[in-house]
Amino acid sequence: MTASVTSRQGVRPRGRLLSFIRRHALSFYAAVALGYLFLPVAVVILFSFNDNRGRFNFTWNGLTLKHWANAFEIPNLFDSLVTSLQIAFLSALVATILGTLIALALVRYSFRGRSTTNLLLFLPMATPEVVLGSSLLAFYLTLGVARGFWTVVVAHIMFNISYVVVTVKARLAGFDRDLEEAAMDLYANEWATFRKVTLPMIMPGVFAAFLLGFALSFDDFIITNFNSGQTVTFPLFIWGAARVGVPPQVNVFGTAIFAVTVSIMFINLALQRRQT
Amino acid sequence: MAAEVSVPSTPAWARWIRAKLGRRTVPYLLLVPGGLWLLFFYVAPVAQLAAVSLQEGTFETGYLLTWRWANYTDALRTFSSQFIRSFVYAGVATAAALVIAYPLAYAIAFRGGRFKNLLLVMVLMPFLTPFLLRTLAWKVILADSGVVVGALQSIGVLAENGRLLATGWAVVAGITYNFLAFMTLPIYVSLEKIDPSLIEAAQDLYASPAVAFGKVTLPLSLPGIVAGTLLTFIPAAGDFVNAQLLGNPQQLMIGNVIDSRFLRVLDYPTAAALSFTLMIVILSLIIPYVRAAGTEELVA
Repeated sequence: MTASVTSRQGVRPRGRLLSFIRRHALSFYAAVALGYLFLPVAVVILFSFNDNRGRFNFTWNGLTLKHWANAFEIPNLFDSLVTSLQIAFLSALVATILGTLIALALVRYSFRGRSTTNLLLFLPMATPEVVLGSSLLAFYLTLGVARGFWTVVVAHIMFNISYVVVTVKARLAGFDRDLEEAAMDLYANEWATFRKVTLPMIMPGVFAAFLLGFALSFDDFIITNFNSGQTVTFPLFIWGAARVGVPPQVNVFGTAIFAVTVSIMFINLALQRRQT
Repeated sequence: MAAEVSVPSTPAWARWIRAKLGRRTVPYLLLVPGGLWLLFFYVAPVAQLAAVSLQEGTFETGYLLTWRWANYTDALRTFSSQFIRSFVYAGVATAAALVIAYPLAYAIAFRGGRFKNLLLVMVLMPFLTPFLLRTLAWKVILADSGVVVGALQSIGVLAENGRLLATGWAVVAGITYNFLAFMTLPIYVSLEKIDPSLIEAAQDLYASPAVAFGKVTLPLSLPGIVAGTLLTFIPAAGDFVNAQLLGNPQQLMIGNVIDSRFLRVLDYPTAAALSFTLMIVILSLIIPYVRAAGTEELVA
């Protein structure tokens, strides 16, 4: 008797459990997938606090704050960070200007050679980085150009232009043409319309394009690797250190970069929410 | 006339351009700086790469263009295994990324509710840690003494002294992880665009959830799948970071060969031939997609 009762009671919750699982399977999966995405991030952060023995920082050995306290102790590490920031700023700035001009032409004007332009913008995005990097190297070698800081900047501007165009175009296509026409009706000429109406409207898109270009440049390793000469960027420092043991201070800076960029993303998200 | 005077902010050069050249030249003026940059630093270098791939000589005596087509057959014969491995690894990693990313994008698009944007930001967040550090973190996760290897050993998937690091599995796992955002975002965008009433209509017409998914949701998200597949496969096939950091010399990909031939062996013609072949193969995979979508969609 007791057995039949428990079995009857046992079935119901199990049925409810099954339907609960069925209803929430997708959410549960998404949580697991996000956990998977964050696993390496957690490792990067955790190992910035690792009291590592020897040169390698691959096994957990207890908590310490000494790498954060001595973040600037490793020679060349901080220099490489500064170099990366300079390259990212310069290349994002120039690419944002060049790319925004192209985006304006594509959205605002009809002209011959449009599909050629689209193709020219698409190809760098469709070419593997190793090909972009090595073809620039072949180019520099043939011209006898010494590789260094500026050859990297030039390369980064090149691959950033297409991404800027895509980002700014999305913003330009989304806004109301009537506003520009209204300005023209009120006797503003093209230049005044651009400065007073178009530019302020697309500014968020232009800024987003700058940030994207900055991030792509800052994190680029493969193209930089072919064009850097003696210049050492942050990714190149890590690559060189990987052979002999990456100092935990690299994780300290990696964690700091993560914290800063995540804050920027959240501020951006909050601003967007207030606007809408 | 009066309007022209009332807006003194028009710079002289802008007025000169309009007067001398007319409105039709404006788009070309906007295109010239960026377009020239791409011609100089994309088109010309790729042409130069093609030229170097047909040169002959040694590093000490210099290389001369002799139209030596045999560079291609020699290079491909010598490095065929690395070439094939690149496409196999990239293919497996792309398929794995699709399997991981699709349900995730689906969950965010259809179940995200008011947390949609936040969830999307969370998907992108891990990629704000430096690429090389992320890859090195996998070295810790897949380490011989780590939890993952221990678990796989205890359930018998791995032999008792089996390892993940320095195997093809580790390289594929690293590639899958590193380019996952490129798969998730386009799929999310295409799912987000789907009008939920279409799916409801299918269900009103007695389609089961599975049939509604197969006949409505999946076909409508196909552009996202195609875009995500390309965006993942292209960097995956050319990558050499994952193979270098997570694999061993038996798992080298074509990117590793191009890197070492160019920068250490200084055998430029072979390196250029391999690099140019990689580009041609990738572009020939993309051309059908370009044909179908049209050039306007490429940079949309």
